[in-house]
Amino acid sequence: MAFVPLWFILIAVLWTGFFVLEGFDLGVGMLHGFVGKDEAERRAAMSTIGPLWDGNEVWLIVAVGATFAAFPDWYATMFSSFYLLVVIALVALILRGVSFEYREKRQSPRWRRTWTWLLAIASLLVPLVIGIWLGDLLAGVPIDASHTFTGNFGDLLQPYAIFTGVALAGLCLLHGGTFLALKTEGMVRLRSARLARLAAPVSVLLVLAFICWTHVIADRGALLNPVEFLVFIGALAAGLLAFDRHEGWAFTATTVVMGLAIVTIFVDLYPRVMVSSTNLAYSLTARGAAAPPYSLKVTTVAALVLLPFVLAYQAWTYYVFRRRISDRDFRPPPARPRSYTAVGAAAPGQGPAGSHRRGGRLARAWRTGRS
Amino acid sequence: MREDLARWQFAFTSVNHFLFVPVTIGLAFLTALLQTAWHRRGGSEYLRLTRFFGTLLVINVAIGVVTGLVQEFEFGMNWSAYSKLVGNIFGAPLAMEGLAAFFLESTFLGLWLFGWDKLSRRVHLATIWLVALGSVLSAAFIMAANSWMQHPVGYLMVHGKPQLTDIWALFTNPVFIWSYAKVVLAALVTGAAVMLAVSAWQLRRGGDRAVFTRSARLGLIVLVPAILLAMLVGDELGVIEARYQPMKIAAAEAQWKTCQPCAFSLIQIGGGNNDHAPTQILAIPHLLSLLATNHWNGKVVGMTPLQAQYAAKYGPGNYVPNVFVQYWGMRAMAYLAVIVFLVGVWGLWLSRRKKLGTARRFLWTAQWLVILPFLINTAGWLLTESGRQPWIVQGIMLTKHGLSPTVSTPMLWTSVIAFVLLYGTLGTVDLLLMLRYSRKELAPAPAQDAAGEPVPAMEY
Repeated sequence: MAFVPLWFILIAVLWTGFFVLEGFDLGVGMLHGFVGKDEAERRAAMSTIGPLWDGNEVWLIVAVGATFAAFPDWYATMFSSFYLLVVIALVALILRGVSFEYREKRQSPRWRRTWTWLLAIASLLVPLVIGIWLGDLLAGVPIDASHTFTGNFGDLLQPYAIFTGVALAGLCLLHGGTFLALKTEGMVRLRSARLARLAAPVSVLLVLAFICWTHVIADRGALLNPVEFLVFIGALAAGLLAFDRHEGWAFTATTVVMGLAIVTIFVDLYPRVMVSSTNLAYSLTARGAAAPPYSLKVTTVAALVLLPFVLAYQAWTYYVFRRRISDRDFRPPPARPRSYTAVGAAAPGQGPAGSHRRGGRLARAWRTGRS
Repeated sequence: MREDLARWQFAFTSVNHFLFVPVTIGLAFLTALLQTAWHRRGGSEYLRLTRFFGTLLVINVAIGVVTGLVQEFEFGMNWSAYSKLVGNIFGAPLAMEGLAAFFLESTFLGLWLFGWDKLSRRVHLATIWLVALGSVLSAAFIMAANSWMQHPVGYLMVHGKPQLTDIWALFTNPVFIWSYAKVVLAALVTGAAVMLAVSAWQLRRGGDRAVFTRSARLGLIVLVPAILLAMLVGDELGVIEARYQPMKIAAAEAQWKTCQPCAFSLIQIGGGNNDHAPTQILAIPHLLSLLATNHWNGKVVGMTPLQAQYAAKYGPGNYVPNVFVQYWGMRAMAYLAVIVFLVGVWGLWLSRRKKLGTARRFLWTAQWLVILPFLINTAGWLLTESGRQPWIVQGIMLTKHGLSPTVSTPMLWTSVIAFVLLYGTLGTVDLLLMLRYSRKELAPAPAQDAAGEPVPAMEY
């Protein structure tokens, strides 16, 4: 029965997809207030992920839904054990989700400042808390023989789990920094690159420590396994590349490190899916938590048919929005032709957005007309 | 206490979620229609309308998506025993929903919003249609999962646990087919009512008459057939449910004794869980027989015999749902739907006489009519879900057995309070933003509508 390992791999792929893709969205969310000193710059920073973040977040939803279908016992035990952490993560995800759309819907600086802060804090909380979940899976929480959680909230906040959260949040920050440097122009680009350089040594140290600790926690012999070894190398490379002029390489490096860091957790977890700290023998295993073969077959077919399409259209989206975004796109045009003044003057940083350097007259009319 | 809290939390989060979902499905479809009209006929009116209603759609999608997120985790958080027992069946459509629908909807919404100046007009038009498709698909998968809880099919009991044996059975389940049709129609009604109400407000307050008369008319053209079909589909769904969940339908009529033929009471006094002899006011002979069985003299088994039957089959216990919720949920849904239909017909008649844009009394009514679809939807879901009680999965698991064994009362209180506060705040913000943007002036026509000239993106 090869469906069980296959589904474990698919779940790992979905979580990796979430952290690689949503990772930089979260980083941009944390950083946009710092790399953007005025409204136009902040909007430029947010617009780099505007069309992408919603689709990226779906990787999390599908990871959770797929766990429900393929490993019902894992899904049930995980979310009922992590209860309060899940509530915090949900509140953060909700605030983050609405802040993108709601922030721009009113002009008032206070309104925008509020949403900027909510977005930044929520973007920090999401990887922190989800990191704690993932750390807890590996480090183990009190679970009895019937796979029922017997601990309390304090048992979830163990040092390794918290450190996993911190390391992933740090990595998201760096990932967001390299992404912003790659996708923006002007001061936002400079500040992002500078922030990435500042964050790089710290993040790299966090990742190195995370790998070592994970190796110890998983208790898999003295030698690093190949994936752990690759993250080790990748993290060092990312640290160096952040100082390189080639923003593309820096971003590639943080992508690889982020992906491999998540893969490490799952590689060290297998064949268990949730370790019991009460007694190792009580741990949930992939095989024990899996749905019966027919359900796995059905969901496997669905995943293998649909995922290539998803990858294709998401890749196309990245291609469509490949251009760098400049804060100039969000400033009112310096000299407006007289014929447009009747339409109504745009307040600074107003405009309908996006980047439309080739928008011409039509774009300008829209920009000035939209209130 | 734990069961009550967990049920209240689920009811609260899902009723809230379903305030936004039908607006998303309905408005995505209507916005796609508007953009298609612009694509085909050109001219700036339809473009302006597309962008106007597109903004309302986006405000609404944001909160629809995040409230849906909670649902995805809630089964594991509060209902872990349920999730363990039926995850292999119930989880399958949920996983497919994410893969087939959520990715599609979210990715193409991003492309639509930000792609105005980056995609060709044809491709850009395709993106809004894919958003609409994604939203309709996601409803299909979740309704397949929900219908399985109402009428389990396609499984075998192995060692006392249900195991999926036939995934197609979930999608050919008669309860699924009819309730899915009903949900899609209800979404069209809701979206159309929103479009009509916004247009009516604009027309009353001197908005661009030519443009908003068009959108009001489009709203009416979708609204009237959709509500009519929804009522017919609802009638058929009643027959199906009477077959598989007779208790639900008997409770919806507060029918304690078996009757044949059965009268339908327009209003009645009493008849709740502690009063088995209600005073029917305005009873219409044969109507209940028709509604529940499609036959003039059909038999409807009462709750008292059903209770005895269930107790014999499943062991002692109370198998009667909350009759008050059932009886009035059913009537609220039906009566309000008739009002929506009548107002819709009034509007179409005005439209035919070319008076739609100036009929002040109608416009005032249409503006307030928008509240009704939300009440209808909520009443419909209360009827469906409360009527399933005490089962979480009809005939397989009782709701009280589905709870997470380890989640404590304080934990439940924490999450209930967190969600109520958050939903309350965000729901208010959403409503205020919807009102604010509904009342905005329409963006002026572009200086020229040259073919091939890119139109700028609209967000951020």
